[in-house]
Amino acid sequence: MESNGATEVQRHLKVYVGVFIALLVFTLLTVAASQLALGTAGHVTIALIIAAIKAGLVAGFFMHLVSEKGTIYGILVFAMIFFIGLMFLTLYSMADTVVIKNVA
Amino acid sequence: MEIPYTVQPRLDTGLFNAKIGIWLFLASEVMLFGALFSAYVLLRVGSTDWLHQVLSIPLGTINTVVLITSSITMVMAWASLKLDRFHSFKLYLGATILLGLVFLIIKGFEYSDKFAHHHYPSTHIYYALYFTLTGLHALHVLGGMLVNSYFWGPGSRLWNHAPERFTNRIEMAGLFWHFVDLVWIFLFPVLYLL
Repeated sequence: MESNGATEVQRHLKVYVGVFIALLVFTLLTVAASQLALGTAGHVTIALIIAAIKAGLVAGFFMHLVSEKGTIYGILVFAMIFFIGLMFLTLYSMADTVVIKNVA
Repeated sequence: MEIPYTVQPRLDTGLFNAKIGIWLFLASEVMLFGALFSAYVLLRVGSTDWLHQVLSIPLGTINTVVLITSSITMVMAWASLKLDRFHSFKLYLGATILLGLVFLIIKGFEYSDKFAHHHYPSTHIYYALYFTLTGLHALHVLGGMLVNSYFWGPGSRLWNHAPERFTNRIEMAGLFWHFVDLVWIFLFPVLYLL
């Protein structure tokens, strides 16, 4: 076991605990925000922002993405392009009003 | 014959092979759950009688805390191996497996409560999405638990003669487990709070 890896891991232990506490705080925040009178759009926005922050913390620190190699970033960018495309197609299909016009 | 690049990183990518493999697999999992999330978006926006907050928020919050805790115990299990602390690794991975079991037990209580009130996937489109999304997620939790249990038990023998290879295996299992936690981070607010 190389000493370089062990030293670096030792330094990261406090980061892991800090991220864990942050995740708990954001969990409580998201539950508290859901009880406020914000309207649907407000609730969806707040919930997705907090979820994205939590996901970023897990992916960045627990999954070590903050210090990964370019190949991994390339794989994820590729996946994100398709995921965003999928969501775009979904939202675009909701804006399609052809059927509604025919019913009218 | 030894499989190359299980520990030694490739010169071109700077990574050992399993890391690329697991991230490719996780990318495919993003598309699997992404497809279901896009179905949720489409069906919810098109619905005139969506159900709001019909699930137990306290139980959902507890399950979220359980999975977040299991994520840190998983990364601590890997860190323990990097620090040559095999006994700590066993404790942390054991905790991860037990927390996964707690998650599934709570999920089981939630499901049986819904069934007791005659709420099934066929009852309402919300329940169809709820049971599909959380059911698929629960299967992933179970799969992760099985892999972790193997590495806690007979699989840990590899530590005795190839410790770095075993540490890399735990890192890969950890990446899958964190992904499962990541999916729940989005499932919880979408299904329980909105």
